[in-house]
Amino acid sequence: MADYKPNEIMTIAAARALRNNDVCFVGIGMPSAASNLARLTHAPDITLIYESGTIATKPDVLPLSIGDGELCETALTTTTVVEMFRYWLQGGRMTVGFLGGAQIDRFANLNTTVVGDYHKPKVRLPGGGGAPEIASACGEIFIIMSQSPRAFAKKLDFVTSMGHGEGGDHRARLGLKTKGPTKLITDLCVFEPDPVSKEMTVSSIHPGVTQEEIKAQTGWPVRFAATLTETPKPTANEIAVLRDLHARTARAHGTA
Amino acid sequence: MPRFLSLAEAVEDCVRDGDTVAMEGFTHLIPYAAGHEVIRQQRRRLTLIKMTPDLLYDQLIGMGCAEKLVFSWGGNPGVGSLHRLRDAVENGWPQPLAIEEHSHAAMANAYEAGAAGLPCAVFRGYIGVELPKVNQRIKHITCPFTGEQLAAVPAHRPDVAIVHALKADRAGNVLLEGIVGVQKEVVLASKRSIVTVEEIVEDFGPRSFNAVILPGWTVGAIVKVPGGAYPSYAQGYYKRDNGFYISWDKIARERETFLAWMKANVLEQGPEVFAKHVQRARAA
Repeated sequence: MADYKPNEIMTIAAARALRNNDVCFVGIGMPSAASNLARLTHAPDITLIYESGTIATKPDVLPLSIGDGELCETALTTTTVVEMFRYWLQGGRMTVGFLGGAQIDRFANLNTTVVGDYHKPKVRLPGGGGAPEIASACGEIFIIMSQSPRAFAKKLDFVTSMGHGEGGDHRARLGLKTKGPTKLITDLCVFEPDPVSKEMTVSSIHPGVTQEEIKAQTGWPVRFAATLTETPKPTANEIAVLRDLHARTARAHGTA
Repeated sequence: MPRFLSLAEAVEDCVRDGDTVAMEGFTHLIPYAAGHEVIRQQRRRLTLIKMTPDLLYDQLIGMGCAEKLVFSWGGNPGVGSLHRLRDAVENGWPQPLAIEEHSHAAMANAYEAGAAGLPCAVFRGYIGVELPKVNQRIKHITCPFTGEQLAAVPAHRPDVAIVHALKADRAGNVLLEGIVGVQKEVVLASKRSIVTVEEIVEDFGPRSFNAVILPGWTVGAIVKVPGGAYPSYAQGYYKRDNGFYISWDKIARERETFLAWMKANVLEQGPEVFAKHVQRARAA
């Protein structure tokens, strides 16, 4: 068994959530690392789609931006950005959307827009990009984020993309037929929504992590599922493939 | 047929103070050389539209060219913040910047509606989110057939589109390949356009029957600027300089280092410097 870092088990646990027959709309950063790790391990036939229009792309190194040439060169085909959002995302072709965020609440709503008041922000964040419609149009949503009390906030400063809204049947009341966030994978554990309240609830804890640590890194009173499991440890192969991917990427981006 | 101009002539002729300008390029083909010429010619009070403002709009905003930004994702991709954009929004430096913020889906749809000559774009979006509360130009419309509530945003109809492309031929037709983004839509949606290209060829030669081509009669001005998208990229010509994108974070973080970089690399340079950037990046 290999030693591993918290962000490595986070990426690996996120990768495992993807299935070989998924069509996945991939966000940049950690979602991209997890999605490509899945493709390079247990899900070789997964279809990865980036919002730059690249369909079924198989990058050898992780892209720094959502539109690196590597994505286009290794894709089955590349559409216009208009077509990507209209036909492929809005048309309901994605089984999973994979997102990260700056701030999340207990119903897995995400904020990537501002800290503070929108009109007089303390910190102006990049904004939503594709996320508002990814969150509503994909069959289900996986979210990957490192935990901290500030990032896992009791109340969001701004709702950039909808998770389960106010909880319960809020999505259905707005006419959404998609599931919304079904997994939130962190560096400490995995959350899944409670079947009724839709509050994100810890379902699996990474090896060696305590419930106290999770509580300390969550800005709301965190709930744990009745039957908790331990996240299976990363295998030597998962660790090796992930590290190799990051090393290739660092060399390609000149940051090695 | 478009006019073949120098970059200085094209910007002089097409871009006026107070214009609404869209310099597009979805990571690929961002028209840096043309944007730098706009900075050198000191255009003011521009409304800048772009899905992903990228470093180019950070530079235009920091140099005081813009009074408003219409956008959907304002970061340095994979790196972090656009510090000049943040300084303008958070502190009003060098001047206050109004923002009109959308999602990518809305922006892409708005360009398509502009190209299609429609007044607005209709799509399924902004469900359960707060942007409609802070952007009065996001409205809703009821489908007359099903009763479904759909989002509506005004079409983008810029005064000027500025894009980079791979090639033009002698008749002024323009060829685009790779991640083509919204390049075609923004040119067709705009009143005037400038297209910078890597090269001008006699004939495009063998190509896919479905290659993206803007016929010459849809384009305003064509300017040959080899390397004109650097540090963005041109598929088949040069790669994105990801190292420069990473280093921009440090350059743009402070006003002084930003201004010094702009003076040395933009104000005191011309479009010919872009070919050198590409040669240097290739050698590295």
